[in-house]
Amino acid sequence: MSYGSKRVVTGAHYGLRDWLAQRITGALFALFTLIVLAEVVFTSGPLGYEGWAGIFAPQWMKALTFAVFIAIAYHIWIGMRDIWMDYVKPVGIRLTLHVFTIVWLVGCLGWAVQVLWRL
Amino acid sequence: MTELSKKRPEFRNINAFKDLTTYRLPLAGWVSILHRASGGLMFLLLPLIVWLFDTSVSSEISHDVFQSAFSGGIGFVPGWFMKLVALALIWAYLHHLIAGLRHLYMDVNHAVSKEFGQSSAIFTLALSIGLTLILGAKLFGLY
Repeated sequence: MSYGSKRVVTGAHYGLRDWLAQRITGALFALFTLIVLAEVVFTSGPLGYEGWAGIFAPQWMKALTFAVFIAIAYHIWIGMRDIWMDYVKPVGIRLTLHVFTIVWLVGCLGWAVQVLWRL
Repeated sequence: MTELSKKRPEFRNINAFKDLTTYRLPLAGWVSILHRASGGLMFLLLPLIVWLFDTSVSSEISHDVFQSAFSGGIGFVPGWFMKLVALALIWAYLHHLIAGLRHLYMDVNHAVSKEFGQSSAIFTLALSIGLTLILGAKLFGLY
């Protein structure tokens, strides 16, 4: 029985959804790495501040980077939640770690997005 | 009792000092646990990663701060230590990426034999450690 007062309050979405999401978000980040790497390689001359910041300047790159940041945050959430679920059994401690993970992630995500959009 | 049906050791409450040190992990197992460890490391160092992104990309002045952090150090942290942490992040990223691509390859091709697990694990470890050494040599100015 896993409903009512016996409901499991921390867990995965049991099955395909997270498994697939983990692969799609991971593949997206691999692709993003390739794009940034290509931009770095095709920058003429040494990559100084101008060249590096220039990669993230176009609007399409900002939009793509923003989407990838969200994707990777979700990827990290699934991965960290799996780690906690495997090693931490007491529900109270696990829930605390889940909350810490979300605060840590959302905080970093907000910072990264701010850096990106004020460029 | 024959050799085959002999009771194999069971690990329930694993003792980190007694069991983990004597447990023979196959290479695929090493790739697996390092996939997890590298992910966890990058999660813990996430604020540093965002800081590196922030300082490197925000302005000319912050870019100087970013660069000098690795040469002269920053605050009480010496430059060589920053490089060491960056190298750990480089390894973590490379290992996580290659091990992840290995997963994707296995999913797409149903390549889930014991032999492929072993050979692709060797490939993953060799490539991630090899690239880390090459990039590390560059980072520490060996070439």
